[in-house]
Amino acid sequence: MMTLTRHPLDVGELLAEVQGPERGGTCVFTGSVRNDDGVTAIEYSAYEPMASREIDEILGVARGRWPGARVALQHRLGIVPAGEASIVIAAAAPHRDEAFAACRYVIEEVKKRLPIWKKEMRADGSATWVGQPA
Amino acid sequence: MGKVSVRFFARYAELAGCTWSQVNVETPATVADVVAAVREVFPATSAIPSRPLVALNLRQVKLDAVVNEGDDVALLPPFAGG
Repeated sequence: MMTLTRHPLDVGELLAEVQGPERGGTCVFTGSVRNDDGVTAIEYSAYEPMASREIDEILGVARGRWPGARVALQHRLGIVPAGEASIVIAAAAPHRDEAFAACRYVIEEVKKRLPIWKKEMRADGSATWVGQPA
Repeated sequence: MGKVSVRFFARYAELAGCTWSQVNVETPATVADVVAAVREVFPATSAIPSRPLVALNLRQVKLDAVVNEGDDVALLPPFAGG
């Protein structure tokens, strides 16, 4: 499974990756493009080799901290229309506490550490980078 | 002098007019020296903060990190993933 992908994300594929009979609790986080202020889509770009490496490290820490859990994630790149998912994280663990904790940990680290950028695209044809100089 | 690769992303790439280039610095240098060289070679990058986020060979580092010839320095806009 490609962690960074230009295709629509598939929750089922992530669930299949983490679920198993030993793991009774599964938590899925989906982040989708919001239609704030006329945003019709967001174009995501990344420093891909660094992002892949950071993802490996984040998942490695999660495995160490919640040894019974399995966590998988996919982040979409390219143009993602409003309403579609840009990220999906699935965490399965023997019990719900670890599943929620691992899922929360991964999304917070993703926000802090992944070299990924977004450009908001609007119906009037304008496009603006989020949080970057004009 | 040594050649160091520099990478630009997102808005920074638009400002620099390229996604990849090389600058010459006296090596061993620091990341701050490389950033200063970039601002000199690409005047349009003056809109990039003088203390940007930087990765050296795929790892985020501080501006005092040591850079050697052939290293890869990436200037990273504020992250917005997720």
